[in-house]
Amino acid sequence: MSPRRDARKARIALTVNGEERDVVFAGYKTLLEVLREDLGLTGTKHGCELGECGACAVLVDGQPVLSCLLLAVECAGADVTTVEGLARGPALSLLQAAFADKGAAQCGYCTPGILVTAQALLERKAHPTRAEIAEALSGNLCRCTGYLQIFEAVEEAARAEPHAQGPAAGRPHVRTEAGA
Amino acid sequence: MKVVGQARRRVDARAKVTGQTRFADDVVLPRMLYGKLLRSAHPHALIVEIAASAARAAPGVHLVLTGADFPTAYGIMPVSQDEHALCRGKVRYVGDPVAAVIAASEREAADALALIRVTYEPLATIASPEEALRTAEPRIQDYGEGPNLHRLAHFAFGDVEPALAGADQVFEDVFFYQGSTHLSLEQHATVAALDADGRLTLWSSTQTPHYLHRELARALDMPAHHIRVIATPNGGGFGGKSDPFNHEIVAAKAALVTGRPVKITLTREEVFYAHRGRHPVLMRLKTGVRQDGTIVAMDLETLLDGGAYGSYGPASTLYTGQLQTVTYHVPRYRFRACRAFTNKPPCGPKRGHGTPQPRFAQEVQLDKIAVALGRDPADLRLQQLAPANSVTANWLTIGSMGLKPCIERVVQGSAWRERRGQLPFGRGLGMACSSYLCGAGLPIYWNEMPHSGVQLQLDRSGRVTVFCGATEIGQGSDDVLAAIIAEVLGLETTDIKLVTGDTDLTPVDLGSYSSRVTLMMGNAAIQAAERAKAILSASAGQKLGLPAERVAFADRRVFDVENPSAGMAFQEAVVAAEVEHGTLGTTGSYRPPRSAARYRGGGVGPSVAYSYTAAVVEVEVDPATGWVRVSKVWIGHDIGRVINPVLARGQVEGGVYMGLGEALMEEQAFRRLPPRLSSALVHKIPSMLEYKSPTALEMPEVVTYFIEDPDPSGPFGAKEVGQGPLLPIAPAVANAVFDAVGVRVDQVPITPDLVLAALGAKAKGKSGRVGPEAFPAVPWPEALVVPPPWEGGNGKAINEPAKSRDALPTHHSGTAGVKV
Repeated sequence: MSPRRDARKARIALTVNGEERDVVFAGYKTLLEVLREDLGLTGTKHGCELGECGACAVLVDGQPVLSCLLLAVECAGADVTTVEGLARGPALSLLQAAFADKGAAQCGYCTPGILVTAQALLERKAHPTRAEIAEALSGNLCRCTGYLQIFEAVEEAARAEPHAQGPAAGRPHVRTEAGA
Repeated sequence: MKVVGQARRRVDARAKVTGQTRFADDVVLPRMLYGKLLRSAHPHALIVEIAASAARAAPGVHLVLTGADFPTAYGIMPVSQDEHALCRGKVRYVGDPVAAVIAASEREAADALALIRVTYEPLATIASPEEALRTAEPRIQDYGEGPNLHRLAHFAFGDVEPALAGADQVFEDVFFYQGSTHLSLEQHATVAALDADGRLTLWSSTQTPHYLHRELARALDMPAHHIRVIATPNGGGFGGKSDPFNHEIVAAKAALVTGRPVKITLTREEVFYAHRGRHPVLMRLKTGVRQDGTIVAMDLETLLDGGAYGSYGPASTLYTGQLQTVTYHVPRYRFRACRAFTNKPPCGPKRGHGTPQPRFAQEVQLDKIAVALGRDPADLRLQQLAPANSVTANWLTIGSMGLKPCIERVVQGSAWRERRGQLPFGRGLGMACSSYLCGAGLPIYWNEMPHSGVQLQLDRSGRVTVFCGATEIGQGSDDVLAAIIAEVLGLETTDIKLVTGDTDLTPVDLGSYSSRVTLMMGNAAIQAAERAKAILSASAGQKLGLPAERVAFADRRVFDVENPSAGMAFQEAVVAAEVEHGTLGTTGSYRPPRSAARYRGGGVGPSVAYSYTAAVVEVEVDPATGWVRVSKVWIGHDIGRVINPVLARGQVEGGVYMGLGEALMEEQAFRRLPPRLSSALVHKIPSMLEYKSPTALEMPEVVTYFIEDPDPSGPFGAKEVGQGPLLPIAPAVANAVFDAVGVRVDQVPITPDLVLAALGAKAKGKSGRVGPEAFPAVPWPEALVVPPPWEGGNGKAINEPAKSRDALPTHHSGTAGVKV
């Protein structure tokens, strides 16, 4: 084997989907690459690597962040939520269920980034207007749906979600579909 | 019906919302290597030398490949086998791949690319079809129907000259439809690996695993049955993943050479170079009408900018005219088309494949005709719809035809009669209509086998497993397949286990293109399911003491249709049949009927059914800035039968969205660098930020009406919905801009600068029209003369050599003596 140039590895501890993770990775990697390649969480997608499409969005400390623009070494101690962290056990979250029922996911490639971005919106504002939803999702490109069924799914989740209860124990911002 | 027509969560929804859908780039295998392609920075140059020794010695590098490793040409169309996985001797556009590095990591592969030294001898470049027409040398390709002309076509379906001369009025316009790209969110990715038996498996984001399978076998010189192609769910396709791609063949070769899995994922910039998107098309359309606006003859010329390779070009060329006769009755029709080679990424099929461009021309011109003759554009259309169950001038057979109710619904919904021409300056309504294929009548390569196959396996557990080569690209083909089987067998879609898009495991389906899947796969699925139902009915009937005809299937039960409480669970019926027959399986397949078009070139255009669409678009135009905002869209689509209303509406809205992008902003545009920077022809905007596409903020409200007039050719009467709804959008926007501010923009995208230019010209007393001014002289060949049905024709050309083919010219081993 030829010697590896990227001998210096970085190591950080962070919380990913509610679990403490300790991860060693090539120091140049973005959070997106570490999630996909070093933590095996391939739900978050590459779309452009330039912060233009929103496919790589994840929540860092509750805020939507483009993980392709964030170096993983900057995420020490961070609380990261990816699409894999939205469901509770086998049950879909209300937002996931609404996306599934309303046709908000066609090819599904932009869906993980849109789901976490919409989740952050709903935590900030329990019953957003259509205009507020469009504004919040304006950095997430979708080429399949024309966005309208995505808007409807967010509205459906907002209707179903008793946000007034606020964060509860465990993963606070995720509630699941009834009976699932 | 219990399943068909009911709103349902699609069968793959759960995987998509949990991040579990495994796209090609999500495939990770032990010992996997990564490939990167070195792409030409020259638009046209001879490759003098490739010095790769430094790259071969670089850290982590396992393999460097060049064109020398790929002697065999390939290409999607048998008549245009003009691609090599890596260029041999010559590059033809900026982005053409010349070498590949396979390394332990993507980063090491990218670093090693920088160590490869390629010596080029630059050649003059061709930037446009007009330049191609003027430039005999140097040639981009060494084949074609003229120097730098890929294809030329000329059809005369009746003699248009006397008809035009006898028309009350003749309208002539030149239009331009800019090229655009698919911009699927998923960048193309592929993983190749040798399985434990030493055979090759390729996972890839492809819409056409069967054609990829064939071309891999050709390009790698391997028997096809030693190759397995698995089409991973595509993260959007829109036609952009329909060609066999160089990175797929490179990854496969690298896996064969290294014995290790190899992944290649394109960057976003590389996806712009892979392209195969909408052809830029210049069009001259001359239409003769009677005083009431009824068409008596149409004469269309199209000039396509094909880019540097063939791709689907021979089909694209013909699609710029062949479907013009399916929407309105055209008694006589001349169609001439030319596809030129230019030093740009190859164009190919994008949603609507070749037809949105001439649709724009015709629908805008009809609007002009209506205005000139003082007719309502809706009435002008309604008075001359192509009749149902008729044959067109160019011998396409129309079945069901639901455009009239589509128009009526959008007219009513938009209050068209009350509001068109009545809104304040700056607001307007525009209308356009269209039609589209429900599957191409012929396969890409000539053969008489089925276009789609389905196999069912019924297990004593009560599980029904469906095997089909169809490819899920987001459109919902898996859900349609499950729904059709479930409907026939009285099950739920969640009871059906699906195995799709795998050339080792599934019978062939030709791919997700030409809006063919619902109709063709659906018909094959019905046949397989009906055969299973017949077996189960007989066995269950025996147990129930009933004739098979009295056995019904619903709610996961098999029962007496006259006494539903007498019956058994579906699973018990399977057990009864397995006792009687042994293990159970059935097959179904579908091949569309032979077309009436028997002339050379008549293989493009025929379809067993056509969908129809009408749209009204409302716009607000700011006369100070030229900004066009679309405020609402009403769209009626003749779908035959809705299989799942949630998905069908998503297809319509997605088509409207993509049409709005093309109407207002999307451009796959190029520019020449200044001479001090080599005069190279480069992509203006190979990034998602600079390639403008509509965001959530630009999307207007859309009101969708489905017209359900079941077509006897479709499964449960279903027709397509994936592509047709895009077609009327761009011309409806252009017509709405005219209604709003009184100017004509005869090209797309309709950008603010064009609107302002037209408004400025009008203010100075000029025409208030912007758009292309002229159509260049093209060396048209002699016309192929095909008399229309009403002039005594029989679908054949009267001046065609007797032995010429009745389909797209294809190379076809083993089919000598093809019927004419």
